[in-house]
Parts: sequence; structure tokens; C-alpha cells
Amino acid sequence: MPPSRPVRNPLPLMILIAAIAGAIALIFAWAAGLIGTARVSGISIANALQNNTGKIFPGFRRAHTKGLCVTGYFEANGAGVPYSRAALFPVGRSSVIGRFSTAGGVPTAPDGRNVFRGLGLRFALRDGEEWRMAIDHTPIFVVSNPADFQAFQIASKPDPATKKPDPAKIKAFLAAHPETQRFMDFMKSAPLPSSFANGTYYSINAFRFTNPNGQTRAVRWQFIPETPFATLDKATLDRLPPDFLFDDLLARIGKGPLKWHMVVVFANPGDPTNNATIPWTGPHRQVDVGTLVLDQAPTEEAGSCRDYTFDPLVLPKGVSGSDDPLLAARSATYAASFRRRAIEGPHPDAITLQQQRGGQQ
Amino acid sequence: MTHPTERFALPARLLHWLMAVLILAMLFVGVGMVSTASQRYPELLSWHRPIGITILALALIRLAFRLTHAAPPLPSDLPVLQAAVAKASHYILYGLMIAMPLIGWGMLSAGGFPIVLWKGVQLFPILPHDVLLYGWLRYAHGLLGYAFFLLILGHLCAALFHGLIRRDGVFQSMAG
Repeated sequence: MPPSRPVRNPLPLMILIAAIAGAIALIFAWAAGLIGTARVSGISIANALQNNTGKIFPGFRRAHTKGLCVTGYFEANGAGVPYSRAALFPVGRSSVIGRFSTAGGVPTAPDGRNVFRGLGLRFALRDGEEWRMAIDHTPIFVVSNPADFQAFQIASKPDPATKKPDPAKIKAFLAAHPETQRFMDFMKSAPLPSSFANGTYYSINAFRFTNPNGQTRAVRWQFIPETPFATLDKATLDRLPPDFLFDDLLARIGKGPLKWHMVVVFANPGDPTNNATIPWTGPHRQVDVGTLVLDQAPTEEAGSCRDYTFDPLVLPKGVSGSDDPLLAARSATYAASFRRRAIEGPHPDAITLQQQRGGQQ
Repeated sequence: MTHPTERFALPARLLHWLMAVLILAMLFVGVGMVSTASQRYPELLSWHRPIGITILALALIRLAFRLTHAAPPLPSDLPVLQAAVAKASHYILYGLMIAMPLIGWGMLSAGGFPIVLWKGVQLFPILPHDVLLYGWLRYAHGLLGYAFFLLILGHLCAALFHGLIRRDGVFQSMAG
């Protein structure tokens, strides 16, 4: 077919072409969240966290900023094999990189100020897969969904003058969120472990295990220490040395390996899997699937824990996320935090700096 | 005046339209997934990696085909500047088709992430674990994504300009 002659008056067609391009650009802008209702994203949650510290600490995580790297291994006993195809569970060892941390966004915060503690773990499975976890020392979480998490961070923003959150905003949030009030009550009443080493760490969210037969079960898990439990007198928190938790961990790990048992808890019918603020109460089937052994505390050098995210959705085959909306938000927020701190350039962590200063004195 | 009456070869046309769909989908998935912390974030992310690798493979096949099969010539009466822009923009389109998946793959490598295509199937890393390198590659991936989208919009406008206004056969050489 021979092409026809050019049109005589191109203006209406030019407008049509511009309208088509403009419409596509608008749809794209909407998809990107640039126009329309503001979305809760990893970016917006990272912003809320970062705003609460008052300034940016370049190269540091936007949450659980103060931390220490540990390494070791997981010794599986085989008991997990009937429940999940994950290559972590057959009898044998997988290497582990971990990171103990306290909550909050300030790398030099005194340990007594932040009573919420976490442990990031990265398991290098024998089949080449990875399993990452970010587990906390409370069995429940402070909010149940991403929007509430962001709103809670915004409500908790410290006043620049008093350095304390506005009590009225906190009160209003708690009044609207009884689950957060329950968490606060729990934190107040539950005994606080005296060390990173003698705390139990919980998966927080529910996950799904799938076994070789394709059967799927809802689970949570916890890492229960072999180190005997001892409690910290909360009245003394303000008087404790700023790095007492991390110093204690270094001292303990220098004396010998620290061990935890990974205990998988299977959901009973009716246990919620989509709400991390609700504990699974009453008797549950529990299976001890192996022992986590942490025996080194290297400084945060390249290739160690600093340069990983402990994204709870980095999961091997045999394990998948549940319908808990927090999982996606944790994944998205850790990614946003990682993007920011990566381009800011890696910095040595506060504990390493402290040690170096100590070594020079 | 002369008009190109020949069309692109069938494999070139098929690759063009298949990749048009995949690349546009990919750009929408990319900007969409970082805009949300909802369940759509991990869902879209799990599509982003396998589609990206598919685009890389198709782009390499397409490049090989293009290097061995001449494209229909542009109309001889096309202004020199327009011809130059057409040529340059196609170099950049090919460059981005290949670079974007490679940057994505490279940045996941540098970030120390497992490069999971789907559960149990992983790609090997193509760069060492280096967090600063990850930072810059991730930044480039986002920026070039927007640039790619704008270039595709320009490409579409130029195609419609040829098809609706100049009516010189260029649009038909790919669409016909």
C-alpha cells in the first residue's frame, strides 16, 4: 500500500497525539503514587522514622540503628523436615550472620532508653538459598498495620524543645488503638531480660510452612535462649552505662558461644495470622527444630551484618509470608532505609567507634 | 519523493510489540511497587525480577537480529535533524533495554540480596557485595526508569506523527 500524502492541517492531530501522551503520562504518575491519594510506602514510613531522630545519621539504618554484628551457625536437628521443605531443616549446619540491635533511630542512644530489642538473622542455606529474619524480644508488636505504624511514628515525634513526644498526641493515638495500649501495658509489666543473650526472640508475624507433600501450616517461631533468664530492674535503666547491653554481649560471646533453640509454634484453628498485636494464647504444638549458635562478634566490616537488610520476606522454598500486612511494610521500609544508607556510604557503627576510642585510650 | 514501502521483518515486529508490552508493564510495576507498603509491594517485586530477565534475553536476541537484518530506510525527505533524533533515540532505546535489567541484576548483587527469579530458582551475582555500589546502581535504576518512560513516550509521539501526520510509511513499517 503506497503511503498517502501528509495531512494539510496537522494541528488537530498534533493535539490528539499530545492528549494520548499526556493521558499515558498521567496514568504513569498515578501508578507511581505521584498524584492521587497519598500512599503509605516504604519511603513514607522511612521518612516518619527519620523525622523522629531530628537529624539524619548518614549510612545508618533508619530504625534499630544501634547494633552489633555476630556470626555463627544453625545446627538443625531434622525435626522441622516434616513441616517445611526449607533447606535449613535437614540435620546439619547452615552459617549465620546476625545483628543485635536496640530500637530507635539514634546510633549512640543509651541502651537504657530503648527497651525494645531485636535480632536480625541471615541464614545461608546449604542449597544456596537465604532465609532472613528480623525477630524481636516481644511476642507481640505495637501496631497491626503499616498505616498505624506510620501514624504512631508521627504521633511519637519528639518535640524539638522538650525532646519528648507530645503526651496529648500519644494519648489520642492510644485511645484510638487499644492494641497499642495493650502492647504498652505488656512492656510495662513483662520482665525485661538483663542481656541480649538471655532474651527470647519472636518472629512477630505469622508465616506459612509448606512441607514436601504440599501441606501448608500457619506458624510463628521463637528463639529460646539456653542462657538462664535474669531480669533487669527497670528502675535502674537510666543509671546503667550507655552501652551496657552491647558490652555485656561482647563479654559473654568472648567467653563462649551463645545458644538459642528455634521453636516453631503451630497455629491452632482460629489463631489470627494477620494481626501481630494478638498473641496466640493457650496450649500450642511446639517443635524444637535446631540450635542457633552465635560465637563471634566481628566489627561491622564490609560483608558483615551492616551491609544486609534483615528483610523478613527473604524466604527460602518451604516458607512464605502470611496475610499479616506488616510483613510487606517491613520489607518495603527496610528496602527504603537500605537505599538511603547505601548511597550515603557505609559508616562504622557506634559500638565499633566506641571500641576504637576505648582501644586508643 | 520516495517512501519506504518495505516493513520490518516479522521477527523484528513480533519482538518489538512483545517487548513494548513487557517494558511498559515493567515500568509501571517498578514505579508502582516502590509507591506502596501494602501486599502489592512483594507481589509486584516478585514479578519485576523474572520479567526483567525476560526483557534482557529478548533484548539480546533482538540486538543480534537487528545487527544482521537492516531496518527499512527512513524516508529520504525526512529533515536531517529528525533523522538524527530518530537514529540517536533508537540507540538509546536499545541501550536502556539491555542496561536496565543488567543494572537491576547488578544492584541486587551489590546489595547482597539473593536474586530470586521464583522460589528456589536464583541467579548468580554479577558484582561483588558492595553497599555503596548498590546505592548508586539503585539510584541509577530509578532515574533511568523514568528516563526510559519519557523516551518511550517520545517514541510513541514520533510514531503517531509519522502515522497520522506525515503518513510516510514509517509507522506502517512496524505496525503494518
